Amino acid sequence: MTRKRIVLTVLHRLAVLAYVAFALFPLFWLLKVSVTPTSLLYTEGIRLWPSQASLEHYRFVLTHSSFPTFFLNSTIVSGATAVIVTIVASLAGYAMSRFVFRGKYWIVGLLLLTQMFPLVMLIAPMFKMLSPLGLTNSLTGLVIVYVAFNVPFATFLMQSFFDGIPKDLEDAAMIDGATRFTAFRQIVLPLTLPGIAATLGFVFTAAWSELLFALMLISGNQATTFPVGLLSFVSKFSVDFGQMMAAGVLALIPACLFFLLIQRYLVQGLTAGAVKG
Amino acid sequence: MASITIQSITKTFGTVPVLNDIDLSIADGEFVVLVGPSGCGKSTLLRMIAGLEDITAGEIRIDDRRINEVAPKDRDIAMVFQSYALYPHMTVADNMSYSLKLRKTAREKITDAIGAAAGKLGLDPLLERRPKALSGGQRQRVAMGRAIVRHPKAFLFDEPLSNLDARLREQMRAEIKRLHKSIGATSVYVTHDQIEAMTLADRIVAMHGGIIQQVGNPLDLYDRPANLFVAGFIGSPAMNFVEGHCRAGAIETDDGSKIAVPDGVHLKDGQAVTVGVRPEHVRIVAGPEAGSYAARVDLVEPTGFGTIVHVRLLGQDLKIYTLERGAAEVGQPLHIALDGARLHIFDRETTNRIG
Amino acid sequence: MQKIATRLEPWLYSAPVLILIVAIMLVPLALGVSYAFRDIRLLNPFSGAFVGFKHFRELAGDGAFRGALVNTLWWTFSSVILQFLFGLILALLLNRPFKGRALAQALCFLPWAVPSFLSGLDWAWMFNPVVGPIPHWLYALGILSEPSNILSDPETAMWGPIVANVWWGIPFFAITMLAALQAIPKDLYEAAEIDGAGPIERFRSITVPFLAPTMAISILLRTVWIANFADLIIVMTNGGPADRTQIVASYIFTQAFRRLDFGYASAIALVLLVLLLAYSMLIVVLRQTMLTRH
Repeated sequence: MTRKRIVLTVLHRLAVLAYVAFALFPLFWLLKVSVTPTSLLYTEGIRLWPSQASLEHYRFVLTHSSFPTFFLNSTIVSGATAVIVTIVASLAGYAMSRFVFRGKYWIVGLLLLTQMFPLVMLIAPMFKMLSPLGLTNSLTGLVIVYVAFNVPFATFLMQSFFDGIPKDLEDAAMIDGATRFTAFRQIVLPLTLPGIAATLGFVFTAAWSELLFALMLISGNQATTFPVGLLSFVSKFSVDFGQMMAAGVLALIPACLFFLLIQRYLVQGLTAGAVKG
Repeated sequence: MASITIQSITKTFGTVPVLNDIDLSIADGEFVVLVGPSGCGKSTLLRMIAGLEDITAGEIRIDDRRINEVAPKDRDIAMVFQSYALYPHMTVADNMSYSLKLRKTAREKITDAIGAAAGKLGLDPLLERRPKALSGGQRQRVAMGRAIVRHPKAFLFDEPLSNLDARLREQMRAEIKRLHKSIGATSVYVTHDQIEAMTLADRIVAMHGGIIQQVGNPLDLYDRPANLFVAGFIGSPAMNFVEGHCRAGAIETDDGSKIAVPDGVHLKDGQAVTVGVRPEHVRIVAGPEAGSYAARVDLVEPTGFGTIVHVRLLGQDLKIYTLERGAAEVGQPLHIALDGARLHIFDRETTNRIG
Repeated sequence: MQKIATRLEPWLYSAPVLILIVAIMLVPLALGVSYAFRDIRLLNPFSGAFVGFKHFRELAGDGAFRGALVNTLWWTFSSVILQFLFGLILALLLNRPFKGRALAQALCFLPWAVPSFLSGLDWAWMFNPVVGPIPHWLYALGILSEPSNILSDPETAMWGPIVANVWWGIPFFAITMLAALQAIPKDLYEAAEIDGAGPIERFRSITVPFLAPTMAISILLRTVWIANFADLIIVMTNGGPADRTQIVASYIFTQAFRRLDFGYASAIALVLLVLLLAYSMLIVVLRQTMLTRH
């Protein structure tokens, strides 16, 4: 029995290790390419680590390319999107969680529908709608589009966090003399901070990664976001993979940091939702 | 302080009726307990007084003001919840002062009010703690403190002791009663525990199926329950019920035994009745005597102070509560007599009390 | 007055979301549907005329589109099945306590944070025999006869984006399944163990039924999502070689972005939407009949 248990434990740890290796290896490769000097890129292409590592690509990307601008653009767009989505989705998620009202099922259906249809279908009409408003080629336009795309899932996520907070607390606050909105702000929201963090991080990561709409709506350097900028390495004359990967690693840093901070709350939020069914 | 008047209150959730035509007036300073099994509508009624549920039909007044449309925050009432509903992110002091801050009370006044309430409830050393760091009893006290700092028109209690263990519950029960004596505020208290109801109430409102079954002071309900529901609900161990028919001036039970009709009770011949007798009104007698029954002991449950003896008699499991230890052993034959003056007779069809 | 205010309250809270969704998703959606019946080309100022079912007739004879439909099925179902299986296994592995679990969980979920196009680039790089290790591994294992790029072989190209997609999407299933697993009351397992159920029996009779609703809904949502997900393909193969990795979603993007033929792109998108809605309906109906039968 104990022997069997030991074998099982070892197998379990090995399996976990294998998964971690599988998850990390591509990221490791990204890093490896980014520190390989251009001269060794092809000759040592399949070595696990170049005989000579250098930060030349990083230096170039940070000083001689438009990447600092792209970085800034992406930060502005993703940050603004995350904040707006979280505020708006908190309100709607709260309504979904706390009120029983006619039309609630229609709203849920509408939110689900938006998860169903091919977003590529919106590219053309969106372009036609935004360009007369001067919102193509502008960060504001991108923020508006990303907010709309992310709001449905964020609403469901926030709802499941609110579901985990006892209704008695607002009842008590309202009897203590608060309006519902005051109770929402002073009692419920502070208790939902993990949920708010999870939603912020989730939306930030999603906006940070979005490619297709940015590609379609943005065409000038001054409003280019990171993903589009990265792809421009490919279409340029000489493809410098080392620089591209260095830029990629830089792009990864904020997304991964955010994600590492919030992933535990994501599981929590979904658990709270799952308990309620 | 204030009086509360409830007039023809009806509540339905969708098409499900929850409360049906409730009338009740609660006098200034009175302690009223709403008691009944879960689902009887007592909590809904309380939450309607608080303004947390809307009123389908009828009217609620505090003093002479109609409050149907008044938001909870403007009703000037305080409520203690079963879950305590303490704000987890605030200290005890902040929990207690929240309502005063919302009312823009001056800072010195808040400090005074909290000091006074904390003193009354023994919360002084806990003021800077968060609810998480408190025991169940302490949380309960903070919930009470949060209610009394406000000097509201009325206190509402929604099963406030249900989450405490038995001993603490007893202690807090006494404390609530003492507090009410000293403050004298109008209080409405909801519980499913009939002992809490008996011990605390000036008046008990027994509810069942969304309808008020009986209103009265605790001993009234115990001595003269208005119907079978109240008879069965109030008192522990619960009242024994024996079914029978009136035959030739006596009650004949379904197994053929006879019970004498108490004085002053008039029954029609053939009328179906239920006879109720509390376990403490059944006596074990030394030998056969007039109106006694022979029975065999089925089960003995010592409770420490007294003993509950179960016998098979009159076609059912009859409980006897006796203070005499070792009065019976399982399998032992014995004779028992019912206290004729303390029988409760109910009409089986209407379930109402006949006498 | 109070009554009206209470009635309105939930709508006030939901209003911003509703306005956003209607204005920025439903209106363009309706426009998109109308484009399917019009001649809309971005660079042609004379376009815009109503053309009826012209695009759909064209579509019926479009071999590339038919190929894309088949590829979409292939892409979607292999991705979903593999993501789900590995995600479930990962969730089960992470559901038992061990030292360093928090770290392992964070690392295993990390691929989800990687921007999808970047994971596409990364995997494309790794599949390249000159600069990536994978072809050499596959050659060493005897799967490939020579260390070549599977992305440039029409027979195997689709596996490239699928592998990248599986790597990228496992965390989604792992997170949802882990959440569902943690919601199962522990005493159920204890009760079953006392009743003499072995680990396999416990998994079959407790874990599976408890996970089933989450599995069903997440597979449904994910299937639709992956069918619409074109980033990896556009970045890794751009539909090639010889259209063998072209899925409907990437085909729409190609038509709209590269050929700027919005009308035709919208017609394809409309067909995809109808197919996906039909699929969802089918699943919902199937689930309903299964529920009523039980």
